[in-house]
Amino acid sequence: MIGIKLPVSADEIRTLKAGDEVSITGVMVTARDAAHKYLVETDGEDVRDVLKDSMIYHCGPVVRKDESGEYSFVAAGPTTSIREEPYEAPVIEKYGVRGVIGKGGMGAKTLEACGEFGSVYLSALGGLATTLAQSVVEVLDVKKLEEFGVPEAFWVIRVENFPAIVTMDSHGRSLHDEIAELSKGNYERLLKGGR
Amino acid sequence: MDPEKLKGHFLELIRRASTVLPPDVEAAIARGAEEEPDDTAAASTLGLLLENARQASEGSTPICQDTGALYFFVEYGPDFAPAEIEAAASAAAADATARYYLRPNAVDPVTGENSGNNLGLGAPALQLSARAENGMRVRLLLKGGGSENASVQYKLPDSRLGAGRDLEGVRKCVVDAVFAAQGKGCSPGVVGVGIGGNRDTSYSCAKKQLLRSLDDTNPDPLLTELEERLFAELNELGIGPMGLGGRTTVLGVKAGKLHRLPACFFVSVSYCCWAARKAFMTIREGEVTYDWD
Repeated sequence: MIGIKLPVSADEIRTLKAGDEVSITGVMVTARDAAHKYLVETDGEDVRDVLKDSMIYHCGPVVRKDESGEYSFVAAGPTTSIREEPYEAPVIEKYGVRGVIGKGGMGAKTLEACGEFGSVYLSALGGLATTLAQSVVEVLDVKKLEEFGVPEAFWVIRVENFPAIVTMDSHGRSLHDEIAELSKGNYERLLKGGR
Repeated sequence: MDPEKLKGHFLELIRRASTVLPPDVEAAIARGAEEEPDDTAAASTLGLLLENARQASEGSTPICQDTGALYFFVEYGPDFAPAEIEAAASAAAADATARYYLRPNAVDPVTGENSGNNLGLGAPALQLSARAENGMRVRLLLKGGGSENASVQYKLPDSRLGAGRDLEGVRKCVVDAVFAAQGKGCSPGVVGVGIGGNRDTSYSCAKKQLLRSLDDTNPDPLLTELEERLFAELNELGIGPMGLGGRTTVLGVKAGKLHRLPACFFVSVSYCCWAARKAFMTIREGEVTYDWD
């Protein structure tokens, strides 16, 4: 297990290899569909400072608001990342994002951006919502809550020992592509009639 | 029945569905964990899923933050009216959202506005059918968006797959759907298959298969054979838990059929993530019981 402290430099991110298990501590931001569209179409003034050298978490959490108005995460697993493929490469470049955490992997443009700008894609375990919420120790801020709603808002969170696996690194390697390639041979055999 | 009391029963049904992993699903994940070689990522992933489910159940927190869309399948007797059932289900969904059993998951597709309480057009979804016997039987399915996006419908014949208008063609469609889903639908998934019907009834048939126990046997021997063969074959794909490799790609395959038009042969695949959340309740003579099968 490799410890990563946020903010993190591109040089440190480039030492990570696909398959590395990491434990992340620091401040990151949740962002999914509406948020990515906003980041590409505007200058992202609400979140640009906190995104620099930090990470984006593809997550639409369940969030509790207590009587004093404080927020906490109840359930917070990753959402499917591939929907952000049209947006992620420009977001990594424009905001200096050093890591994207989600599930299911991303495509060629994101992989290329990881190499070019010094970033990685990390897989968190899908559906590990209750467990992962315990790694979110503090909700520092929320942006665009009214406009985007709870799942889609930017939640600025402090995480401690958040577990993830590097599945796309800055050296052009994607475990998702490798598994897809491996399963393709089995798929073709099964289509031909299988056994 | 008193509206508050009926709402309370629906609320408990939603809480159970969102926070307690059904025992058949838990057992299937545990079997998968046994199948995976020790010290592999696949084995540890499946172990973590079981641990997460245990924590969710203990704390009454959602197993997955995508608490899904709510599908209520209701059979009701003459002592209940459809309007009171719809009112109770909707009120319970809003209440469950306020209690954080559910994430606000109903978004207006035109304005982009989230209703904030899981209520909206077609939300929650209810399928009501009347019956002669008094009382009520409710089966609730919670299905998340990631797995819904991995669901797909085919029209046979399909030249890309070399799939004809027979069960062998159906088999190829299911192999293709699960291969295409890779880890995106949160594998290991439960695969519901609807054979025949029309565009909408075919999908509905596929989705309803997800209510079946993973341990049941299809009453149709041809479909039993198809289910068993697909279960074995899909687990040879090598996709594994979360698409990161391994033996456990699906937890179960369940197929149903509907008569079709001569011109149409649809095959619908309703992919459900490993957090295959369902809960059932029976109300009889004012008493409620909850179960899974």
